[in-house]
Amino acid sequence: MQDFAGAFGLAFRLIASGDADLFEIVGLSMRVSLTALLLSCLIGFPIGALLVVRKFFGRGIVIALVNSMMGFPPVVIGLLVYLALSRAGPMGWLGLLYSPTAMIIAQTLLIAPIVAALSRQVLEALQAEYDEQFRSLGVSRSSAMLALIVDGRYGLLTVALAGFGRAVAEVGAVIIVGGNIDHLTRVMTTAIALETSKGDLGMALALGIILMCLAISVNLAAGALRAIAERHAYA
Amino acid sequence: MEQLALEAAGKPLVNIDKLTLDPHSVTIIMGPNGAGKSLLLRLIHGLIAPTRGWISWGEVACGEATRSTQAMVFQKPVLLRRSAAANLDFVLRRRAGTKVGRRARRDELLARVGLSDRADQPARLLSGGEQQRLALARALATRPKVLLLDEPTASLDPASVQMIEQIVLATSAEATKIIFVTHDVGQARRLADDVAFLHHGQLVEHRPAAEFFANPSSDAADGYLSGRIVL
Repeated sequence: MQDFAGAFGLAFRLIASGDADLFEIVGLSMRVSLTALLLSCLIGFPIGALLVVRKFFGRGIVIALVNSMMGFPPVVIGLLVYLALSRAGPMGWLGLLYSPTAMIIAQTLLIAPIVAALSRQVLEALQAEYDEQFRSLGVSRSSAMLALIVDGRYGLLTVALAGFGRAVAEVGAVIIVGGNIDHLTRVMTTAIALETSKGDLGMALALGIILMCLAISVNLAAGALRAIAERHAYA
Repeated sequence: MEQLALEAAGKPLVNIDKLTLDPHSVTIIMGPNGAGKSLLLRLIHGLIAPTRGWISWGEVACGEATRSTQAMVFQKPVLLRRSAAANLDFVLRRRAGTKVGRRARRDELLARVGLSDRADQPARLLSGGEQQRLALARALATRPKVLLLDEPTASLDPASVQMIEQIVLATSAEATKIIFVTHDVGQARRLADDVAFLHHGQLVEHRPAAEFFANPSSDAADGYLSGRIVL
C-alpha cells in the first residue's frame, strides 16, 4: 500500500506541474475520441431516426443486429481496421496505419452502432407520441426524422455521452491500429497500460485520475443540461 | 361535394352503412364513450384504413391527397418540444410563401387564438387550454377545407372552451367543413348544424341539429340527451 500512496502523490504532482507529456496524451485522447464521437453522431442519429420512422420489412432483424453490435469487442474492431489499413489490406495505400486517423476510424466503427442503437430507443418513444400528428400534418419522412432528432436532442445528448465514454475509455482498438507511439498515437488508455506494465504507477495513476475526472465532469455537465431542459419542458 | 360511405370492422368497432355529409356545415359526432367517435374521425382523416367499405370526398377516394386538405385537432394536443411560435413555423415552413409572409401568418394565427404574448414560451409549459388553442392554430395554419376535432375541449377551462368554440364557428363561416366530436350535449347544441349520433359503432341517427335535439328518434339518443346513462 506504500507504493499506492506514493503513486497518488506523484500523480498529483504531475498534474499540478502541468507535465507536457501528460497533457499531450490527454489532448490526443480528447481529439481522437471527440472526432470519433462527432462522426458517430452524424452516422448514428440518422440511422436511429430512420429505423424509427421507416417500418420496412426486416426492420426487426436490422435493429437486433445494430443492438448486438453495441457489444462488439474493441480488439476485434481494431483487428478488422488493422487488416483493412495494413500495407497488404484494401486501404493500405492510404498509409493510415499507426496514425491518429486510424484510431478515429476504429473508434467511430466501435461507437457508431452504440449511438445508432441507443438513439433509436430514445427516438422510438418520441415517435410514438408524434406519429399520428405527423401523419395528420402530412410531414415527410425526412422532415419527421429531422424533427425527431431536434426534439429528442436532450435524450440524444445522453446517448452521445455513452458513446464518448466508451470511446475514451477503450484500449483494445486504438492500441492495435495506433500502436501506442510516443508523441504520435499515445492516448490515455494505452499510456496507462504501458506505464503500468513498466511499473511507473505514478504516471499511470495520474492518467487514470484525469480520465476519471473527465468522465465525471462530462456526465455532470450533461446532467445539468438535461435538468435545465426538463425545467423548460423541452425534454 | 362529398358522399361518404364507410364500413369498418375487425371486431365491428365502427359499422356504418352510409353517411353523407354536407360540405360546409358543422357536423357534430356524438355518442357515449366507446361508441366509435374517435375511430370514425380517424377513418375520415385516413389515419387508419377501414377493413371494409370506402370513404370518398366528392369524387376523390380518401387517402394522402384528401388528408392534405384536412387538419385534425386531437383530444390531447401533441406539441413539439419548441416554442409556441416554432410549432406554427414547423407547419408554415412546408407551405409556399415568403419568409415575411409566413411570419405575418404566424403572428396572425397566434393572435387569433389569443397567444400573441406566449409566442416565445416553450409550448409544453403552456396551460392545457393554451396548448389546445395552439394546436388549433397549427391546424388552421394549413388552411384546411375540412377541420376535424376530436373532443378538443374535454377537461379544459371554460374560457378556453369558449374561445375554441368561437374560433371553430368563425372558421366554419369561412366555408371550412367542421367535423367535431364531443360528448358534451351543451357544446353540441351551441355548435351543431347537423348531428350524427353513434352508439356501439352504429350510426343511430344523422339529422339537422334542430330536429335532433327537439325530437331524437332513437331511444339511445333520447336517453343520452336527457342525461340518462346510455350503455
